Amino acid sequence: MERFVETVIDGIATGSIYGALALALVLIYRSTGIVNFAQGEMAMFSTFGAWALTQAGLPIGLAVLLTLAASLLGGMIIERALIRPVEGSPELTLVTVTLGLFILINGLARWIWGSQNRGFPSMFGDGNVTVAGVSTSLESLGLVAVLLGVVGVLWLVFQKTKLGLGMRAAAVNPAASRLVGIPVGRMLMFGWGLAAVCGALAGVLVAPRLFLDPGLMGPVIIYSFAAATLGGFDSPFGAVLGGWIIGVAEALAGGYVDFIGQDLKILVPLAVILSVLLVRPHGLFGSPEVARA
Amino acid sequence: MKRAAWAGVLVLAVLLPFFFSSYRVSQFTLVLAYAVAALGLNLLVGYSGQISLGHGAFFALGAYTTAILVAKSGWPHLATIPVAAAICFAAGFAVGIPALRLHGLYLALVTLGLAVATPQLIKRFDGLTGGTQGLSAPPPAVPGFLDFLAADQWIYLLNLVVAVLMFVLAAGIVRGKVGRALVAVRDNQIAARTFGVDLARYKTRAFALSAAYAGVGGAMFAISIGFVAPESFGLALSFSFLAAIVVGGLATVSGAIFGALFIEFVPVYAADVNEALAAVIYGGVLIVFMYVLPTGVVGLLRRLGARVRPRKGEGGEHAGTRFERGTADAGDGAGERVRAKR
Repeated sequence: MERFVETVIDGIATGSIYGALALALVLIYRSTGIVNFAQGEMAMFSTFGAWALTQAGLPIGLAVLLTLAASLLGGMIIERALIRPVEGSPELTLVTVTLGLFILINGLARWIWGSQNRGFPSMFGDGNVTVAGVSTSLESLGLVAVLLGVVGVLWLVFQKTKLGLGMRAAAVNPAASRLVGIPVGRMLMFGWGLAAVCGALAGVLVAPRLFLDPGLMGPVIIYSFAAATLGGFDSPFGAVLGGWIIGVAEALAGGYVDFIGQDLKILVPLAVILSVLLVRPHGLFGSPEVARA
Repeated sequence: MKRAAWAGVLVLAVLLPFFFSSYRVSQFTLVLAYAVAALGLNLLVGYSGQISLGHGAFFALGAYTTAILVAKSGWPHLATIPVAAAICFAAGFAVGIPALRLHGLYLALVTLGLAVATPQLIKRFDGLTGGTQGLSAPPPAVPGFLDFLAADQWIYLLNLVVAVLMFVLAAGIVRGKVGRALVAVRDNQIAARTFGVDLARYKTRAFALSAAYAGVGGAMFAISIGFVAPESFGLALSFSFLAAIVVGGLATVSGAIFGALFIEFVPVYAADVNEALAAVIYGGVLIVFMYVLPTGVVGLLRRLGARVRPRKGEGGEHAGTRFERGTADAGDGAGERVRAKR
């Protein structure tokens, strides 16, 4: 029983990372209708930035803060420079451009930092907490806390600030927003920036659990796609909950179903993506797509 | 004119192995395999408008079919190609059915998953596939009556025959009723249905056919390398097929050749500078081509050609040149976009 609870808690902790990256995907999808295949690689690049800062002697906390600020800027620049020109293009164009970005960023990271893997310091220390015979690492608790914090901040920004109102308006009806004087382009830029911040956070959270190398986010992005699909591609809360469900499912399947084991773990998110899309394409909390024939 | 150009290319292709070193010839052999796979992907993406980021999976399926039949059952190499095609056709059909309900971005997601899972699946079924160790299936020997050919020349010519057959077949498909129906499905589903095109049937067939092409490409790959291992069939392979069709030109037959040359030789030369440079070039090229050259190299050549000589109405491969944002001088075949621009 303890083992089961520990597995579930571990799953929720991992799921928080998936949730953070899924949140980034959702932010972009909501505002621009693009599934950003490069999200994971952007996060990986940010994480390398944080690593480079710690190597330069900065404490990990400060390094992460600086990285988040840089990621905000980077996300905005990417939107303005690379995505804006193809806005409103057919899906194949959008997919190709974000895939190109995926390959490009991965290549740049390998060029700059090489392919060997590196350790990445954890922000939460190594302690353990034991409650009623169930032992949890401080890190797991920290992961969940950070994710909840991010969701809280995003909720405040979107619901309580003028900026958030503008971003929501720009997402729902760009033309009308422009008419009432909302700078839609700047809102989209900011949306990409926020997404890059969420991604960077996922990166620095996952890096201590794995090793930092340019392939860091490859598996994580697949799980995050599954989380976002499950939760509904336009629902932030769905993304978080989806992340947790996927994390727990992964932990349980890897631990208890022998056939799956470590090699086939990757099939769990894929099965989730496929079955959700076939049975309920808008996910648990997303809004169904309505088209006039 | 067009016929003459193809004949010229064919003559050059036949003579090519006698003028290059054996290392270069083996590279051109791979170009042929990639060209067939890229052609298959282009039938799907370029003509029928369905996105697949997972054609590496079908390529792997074809390669392993050939390797297993040759290494474990002692089949002759060429006989395995139709089997690889048939298995991949069935697999493509199976993927094509759920693909009916998934469009655009979602299909891209699912097929991306397919690409990610491929190496893992190969490793998991190691009894059949040899797992991470890989599986070696020695390339075919030169037959006695052709003993003036070196081994690499023989394999190249063998692949060339297969590739030519596949290209002729594709050109026929694209030019005919099926090709027109696919372009119609891509450009305007409602209009296509109004004209009596069975959407589900054409879309699943397109997927199956495209997968069969990828499978044949994989079989050719296995025959030329003589060895298959999971690492050859990762995400990078599926991405490079996409890069190939974008570079060559979406919805063109000849574009697959340019694309295959690109994905074979760019990494080779880029590796001299840095092992990551190829990825940087691929990524940059995907983005830049989408901005400035959405019709690829073939589109560019056609535009130049149209400028040099006076335009005549040409059908055939024109079907579907203009994928998007094309300028007004590209062609007048069945492939022009019917849908008004948003």
